Amino acid sequence: MSEPVLSVRNLKVAFPTRRRTLTAVDDVSFDIAAGEVLGVVGESGAGKSLTGAAVIGLLEPPGRIVGGEVRLSGRRIDNLPAEEMRKLRGRRIGMVFQDPLTSLNPLYRIGDQLIETIRTHADVSEAQAREQAIALLQEAGIQGARARIDSYPHEFSGGMRQRVVLALALCAEPDLLIADEPTTALDVSIQAQIITLLKRLCRERGTAVMLVTHDMGVIAETADRVAVMYAGRIAEIGPVRDVVQRPRHPYTKGLMGAIPTIAGHSSRLVQIPGTMPRLDAIPKGCAFHPRCTYAFDRCRAERPEPLPAGNSRVACWLVADNPAGVSA
Amino acid sequence: MKDAPLVEVSNLTRVFDVSKPWLNRVIEGERKAYLKAVSGVSFAIGRRETLALVGESGSGKSTVARMVVGLLPPTAGSVTIDGIDMWEAKRAAERQKLRRRLQMIFQDPYASLNPRWRVDRIIADPIKAFGLANSQREVEARVGELLTLVGLAPADGRKYPHEFSGGQRQRICIARALSSNPEFLVCDEPTSALDVSVQAQILNLMRDLQDRLGLSYLFISHNLAVVRHMATRIGVMYLGRIVEIAPSAELFAGPRHPYTRLLMDALPDLGMSGRPRRPIEGEIPNPITPPPGCAFHPRCPWAFEPCRVDAPALIERDGRAAACHAVAAGRI
Repeated sequence: MSEPVLSVRNLKVAFPTRRRTLTAVDDVSFDIAAGEVLGVVGESGAGKSLTGAAVIGLLEPPGRIVGGEVRLSGRRIDNLPAEEMRKLRGRRIGMVFQDPLTSLNPLYRIGDQLIETIRTHADVSEAQAREQAIALLQEAGIQGARARIDSYPHEFSGGMRQRVVLALALCAEPDLLIADEPTTALDVSIQAQIITLLKRLCRERGTAVMLVTHDMGVIAETADRVAVMYAGRIAEIGPVRDVVQRPRHPYTKGLMGAIPTIAGHSSRLVQIPGTMPRLDAIPKGCAFHPRCTYAFDRCRAERPEPLPAGNSRVACWLVADNPAGVSA
Repeated sequence: MKDAPLVEVSNLTRVFDVSKPWLNRVIEGERKAYLKAVSGVSFAIGRRETLALVGESGSGKSTVARMVVGLLPPTAGSVTIDGIDMWEAKRAAERQKLRRRLQMIFQDPYASLNPRWRVDRIIADPIKAFGLANSQREVEARVGELLTLVGLAPADGRKYPHEFSGGQRQRICIARALSSNPEFLVCDEPTSALDVSVQAQILNLMRDLQDRLGLSYLFISHNLAVVRHMATRIGVMYLGRIVEIAPSAELFAGPRHPYTRLLMDALPDLGMSGRPRRPIEGEIPNPITPPPGCAFHPRCPWAFEPCRVDAPALIERDGRAAACHAVAAGRI
């Protein structure tokens, strides 16, 4: 088997505060192979964006990695000096964020931003870089790229800007793309266009993608595998079809039932009582146990590790005893 | 026979003046610019019914909501609630009474609660404003009752909004909206700021409250799946017009208007059936300079000559209506 592009082992991110240290990402492990899309899904505060930020070394202080390791094509990157990490970003790891306006400099023409990025990472002339930039924009679905390359970001619509950001993230042909809620700010019709584009561009290039989102629908459309996060830990990770259609962890089950669908008739939605715990009040044992209808004594005392169940790994004591999963 | 509808909206239109200042217009030789946010929108909402308006950004759905509750005067058209015209000046006294009977729930539960007021004061405010209680004790009892009704504890009234999560704040907003015993609630994207598991709690709560209190809802959302779950009838809006309006089940069983069809195709498919999807090409046009004819024609795969010339009227057939030349001509 070939080496995964991204390998995260027992990653732990903590925020020291005056009173105590809050653990926001706790013991998270996953791999992403070349050309594979791993969806990381969870509700607000689950730690999904922080996991992405930790991988690219963009944690906001005082947050920092306090344990585990991150490897990019076998090379450890979590302990690199800031300067070397900066070179790695953009060159080997591309990034797309939720709001395309914050990723683009409003004072520079998009062409200049693309050309600068291309020339930072490859030894080409200004004219060559410009041709590459035009080709990239065309590939990203911007019509009349040659005419629009000298426009400023504000002259583009939200969907078009996200296309530019995608072109910018991929212009150095990175091995890994981290996309944090890339379609959340967009309308459904535009969202579908961007998802299709993201999938196509990454498949063609064999780029590994870590897609962070709260939207199970986007995951179902895009990802090959999915990791469901809850309170800083992975609750369930496995092939997208298994997780979406036959979820094993009680939290994933609840989450899937809570999503209104157009296929379903209009009965009551499944309701998970309560809310996700705050970082300073993560319960002992399984973090989900106070909201879980299946919880028993072991869940309150001991923390479950993600254990193999079918093609997935599930962190739940019920599943550990009965690999077929909890019968709902 | 059905009763007369509670809410009747007819030919509602709103135009915003988006011109540059006078001096700039003179210097740059520009004309005044207008944005037609809503144009000729008509619908009726029966008692205990939920009508949903669904559409993408810029479709005018929130502008309709603001005109229906009386926060924004329409340029033309009328809003009639239980026979009283919202915007007819001479019936101001009656309109004042009407205000108690309709309330609104907003999208952002962080922005719509005064951070410096305790929750009990927030909820008591409409009770006092409409003079619905005779004594302070009565007000307190009513606030406690409302908090219990939305799934919070009466003791939560002593807290400030920042002490609550997003979902709990939306419950507070619902309690405040219910405090004047309204019959009609206008909900503008009430769950789009919430996580899915919390959204499910709020949607379930809203449906329970509708059953218990006999409420009617005008429900505004961009999410077709949420609308499917909540609405008895659905109006699909595009660039200020209703392009299709139909009972919920029928709309989803067989959408007629091309925009509705494509919008349903664009929804991410959780069933992962691998059904083929036609993406909607292009983007929503600029509403200041909308395309001639049907506003959707540049993106529509079924467009033919009349679509580029005439704006199609909403034509009713079998209790549902669509505004499309191709549908009217039997081409699709």
